[in-house]
Amino acid sequence: MIYLNSFLFCGIVCLIGQLILDNTKLTPGHITTIFVVLGCFLDVFNIYDKIILWAGAGACVPITSFGHLLIHGAMVSSVDLGYMGLMSGMFNLTASGITAAIVFSFIFSLIFKPKD
Amino acid sequence: MEENKYKRLVAKHTPKENVLNNALIAFIIGGFMGLLGQFLTDIYSYIFNISTSDGTMLMIVTLVFLGCLFTCFGFFDKLVHFARCGLIIPITGFAHAMMSASLEYRKEGFVTGIGANMFKLAGSVIVFGVVSAYVFGFLRLIIGG
Repeated sequence: MIYLNSFLFCGIVCLIGQLILDNTKLTPGHITTIFVVLGCFLDVFNIYDKIILWAGAGACVPITSFGHLLIHGAMVSSVDLGYMGLMSGMFNLTASGITAAIVFSFIFSLIFKPKD
Repeated sequence: MEENKYKRLVAKHTPKENVLNNALIAFIIGGFMGLLGQFLTDIYSYIFNISTSDGTMLMIVTLVFLGCLFTCFGFFDKLVHFARCGLIIPITGFAHAMMSASLEYRKEGFVTGIGANMFKLAGSVIVFGVVSAYVFGFLRLIIGG
């Protein structure tokens, strides 16, 4: 059942993005930025956590989960540290994704040559 | 009069994109990305005997790895052009943006090329994500006390 939910949720997020891309003059960069801010906003009152319970990894694959993980890490560490925790815990949960993207793209750009 | 005529001419020759078809392709490809993510998470949790959140982390690293690797092989650009938001909205789009920027600026050297331009396309995601997370978190701390 969770497979169907993850298919539906991830598909619908992509569908909304495609509709925005086709019907406005926004570029893909604008759309990913909008979705990150949207993911942040949805986690202000823990709505996104409920979506993850329902859709499983289907809610973790879209870029909205990047915004959700940013604010989630900040809020978790602000329980102990207060306002300083917002800054120190910001990258706690997203660090693996960002580090992977930086390391892999650096190493691969040494190995491969750009294809035109 | 001339201007109106010109506008009509431009509108006539602008290639019309099939909105419904594009949306369907994005829905199906994006859905399969979500399915793949769920499948990988379950497999990792089962094999390594770890919690679902750790499995999710490994799954994201795997998808980023695949996105970078396929961009290097050259056929991911065509896939992105075909599936559009079906591959841009998932985390593979983030990996694709970073990888193509660092490949493109590689010839300008390591520091001024790769180092300075790696976040050229993907930087806006991080900047707006961090700023909005900080603002929203600050507001929630004030409201929640």
